[in-house]
Amino acid sequence: MFERILQMLIKEFLELKRDKWARFRLIVPPLVQMLVFGYAATFEVYHVSTIVLDRDHTQESRELISRFTFSHRFDIVRVAETDAEVTNGIGRSEAALAIVIHADFAKALRQGQAAPLQVIVDGTNSNTALLSLGYLDQIVTQFSADYTTDLIRRGAAGPKGKPIQVTIEPRPWYNADLNGKWFFVPGVVGSLTLVLVVSLTASAIVREREVGTLEQIIVTPIRPFEYILGKTVPFFLIGLAEVALVTLFGTLWFDVPFVGNPLILLLGTSLFLLSSLGLGLLISTVSKTQQQAFAANFLVVNPLFTLSGFSFPITSMPEPLQWLTCLNPLRYFLVVIRATFLKGTGLDALWPDLLGMAALGVALLGFSVLRFRKSLD
Amino acid sequence: MRLRRIKAIAVKETLQIRRDPISLLIALLMPFMQMTLLGYGVSLDVKHLPVCVFDREASQNSQALLKRFQASEYFTIVEGFDDYREVTTALDRGTCRIAIVVPQDFSERLSDTGSSAVQALVDATDTNTANVAIGYAQAVVSGFSASVELFVESLNGNPVARLQPVAAQSRVWFNEDLESRNFIIPGVVALVMALVGAELTSLTISREWERGTMELLISTPVTPMELMLGKLLPYFAVGMFDAGLCLGLAIFWFDVPFRGTLGTLFFTTSLFLIVVLGIGYLISTAIRSQVGAAQIGLLVTLLPCTLLSGFAFPIDQMPPAVQGVTYLVFARYYVTCLRAIFLKGAGLVDLAAPILAMILYAGIVAFLAARAFRKRLD
Repeated sequence: MFERILQMLIKEFLELKRDKWARFRLIVPPLVQMLVFGYAATFEVYHVSTIVLDRDHTQESRELISRFTFSHRFDIVRVAETDAEVTNGIGRSEAALAIVIHADFAKALRQGQAAPLQVIVDGTNSNTALLSLGYLDQIVTQFSADYTTDLIRRGAAGPKGKPIQVTIEPRPWYNADLNGKWFFVPGVVGSLTLVLVVSLTASAIVREREVGTLEQIIVTPIRPFEYILGKTVPFFLIGLAEVALVTLFGTLWFDVPFVGNPLILLLGTSLFLLSSLGLGLLISTVSKTQQQAFAANFLVVNPLFTLSGFSFPITSMPEPLQWLTCLNPLRYFLVVIRATFLKGTGLDALWPDLLGMAALGVALLGFSVLRFRKSLD
Repeated sequence: MRLRRIKAIAVKETLQIRRDPISLLIALLMPFMQMTLLGYGVSLDVKHLPVCVFDREASQNSQALLKRFQASEYFTIVEGFDDYREVTTALDRGTCRIAIVVPQDFSERLSDTGSSAVQALVDATDTNTANVAIGYAQAVVSGFSASVELFVESLNGNPVARLQPVAAQSRVWFNEDLESRNFIIPGVVALVMALVGAELTSLTISREWERGTMELLISTPVTPMELMLGKLLPYFAVGMFDAGLCLGLAIFWFDVPFRGTLGTLFFTTSLFLIVVLGIGYLISTAIRSQVGAAQIGLLVTLLPCTLLSGFAFPIDQMPPAVQGVTYLVFARYYVTCLRAIFLKGAGLVDLAAPILAMILYAGIVAFLAARAFRKRLD
């Protein structure tokens, strides 16, 4: 039995060795994608294009505007003179945010009255809008606080005594600077691996069937189980190498810390590859041609990727969908890879996810081996 | 190019589609399924974030503060601890994403010095959620702060609480409630249509080879361009039906505000469909000649369509080089169009740039696809 599997393995690796194009496909696109996606996947908000309409033209209003000029979160792209300019600027997406300072802004401030500041934000991208409003609030609050202390220091008609204040001190753990790359780079590793391994496995077996070499193999004494093993083990090894390559590249290039235990990541990766291989095999048993396998890939991989927690938090999904994501191997792997990279947690915290992947892997592989046998008859 | 030949191919293709009802059913059901799955699953709103609390003071004040967290729709208190190590473990395990620690001398400091602070330990592995959650937590605490101040001032016989001198009054345009669904669902439509288009056409050419009818087609006087047009026409009809289904779901089921005109929507959608079908056709002709083109096709379409189209990640926040790459991602133009039509009510003039880009794209793809398909039997 081992002899036969070994022969299969030798055949597979010989094929890969002869196919320069295949080796290129395995190495270059994943690296390029890692690079591009590592930069592209970001929810951070910098340089929000901003229009300013200053109707007050006082020292105070200019001081407030200069705080926006010096913040790297906002870029003032236009100083407007009229309301229409503001409206058109936002409507035509020239700017995502507009700040309007009314006349009498400074007057109200000097008299100790509330001086409202009008802000218009393009809410089309709700996430960006929400975050930029938060940054805007920080600037305005800081300006207010500085203005109040200034008034008190000068003994002017400011409020008496210190204000009563309860504050919150946020301590972001595991990623103190809230660097989005640290979150997404490990996620890209997982997603790339899923797409690559599933499509490799699915198309390889279908190809043998299409080209007709599957029949040649079936007439040899090899058993279906051995055939599948011989076919999947190379992909397993390729997958491991791929993860190592992309992880190393991503970590070094994007400076993502790795605080966890590499052995746990290895275990998690193996289990993840197991379920990805199972998925690929399953697709190969239901498709007759490479074309169908390709289409099936699209249908299956896309929801798996989108509903994995890669960018959209699973906790924000409706309850039934959250349950459904338990059937998604990528969901578990993302937890494991992110935790080993950033949190450094051990088996005691990660066992449910590892178990989930193992169960999915066994179920998918078992089911597709059974189906494969049937499809041979 | 002869219209008669195009028509003949189109009629043949329509007959084939009609005789294979299962494939047709899949082509119609699939967008429905993907649309519901993604439409519900894709959201960036942070709601009911699991919070654990470590109240070291357990006073009336601290309880009042924590009650505000419980009352907020953004947080759900899942557990209370009385040991710092338990808090650490809970964050490690992910059972809670944010931990509020109230210090022992919280009320004492508040009455002595007038200011006091609580600590928020945030699991920042998911930076975006962490960022948004910190903002919400700050809002909860400053609300509490204001109410304490109001209470103290009224005790001192001072009925008006002190106001922050400058407060931003923000108005949100186009997506007034800042619902992430309104911005993401139009993107989901574009994504699903890109997948459906590729799926629809990728089967057309291969079927001819599979059944051996390609030899027959090659022996006819039909030119590659005519063959492509004739084959794509019926799929264009199916695709338009799918698009109608997806857009209908977006408007009527997911309640995304629709402020544009149907004409603009129809025009941009058909343009996008032409691009997508052309790409599917290109891939399906290429797959035969190049083993592994399928894999390349998958790599260049699947992840880029979601990551580089602006569907979730804002393109203007990417570094310039990556922004350059996004111009190659065809879904980008349709995402821009749909979002502007839905939320801003944009017309054809506003969308001139993405529309021109799609026309250019369609031309290039048609040229490449016609070239890739050679009437040879090898």
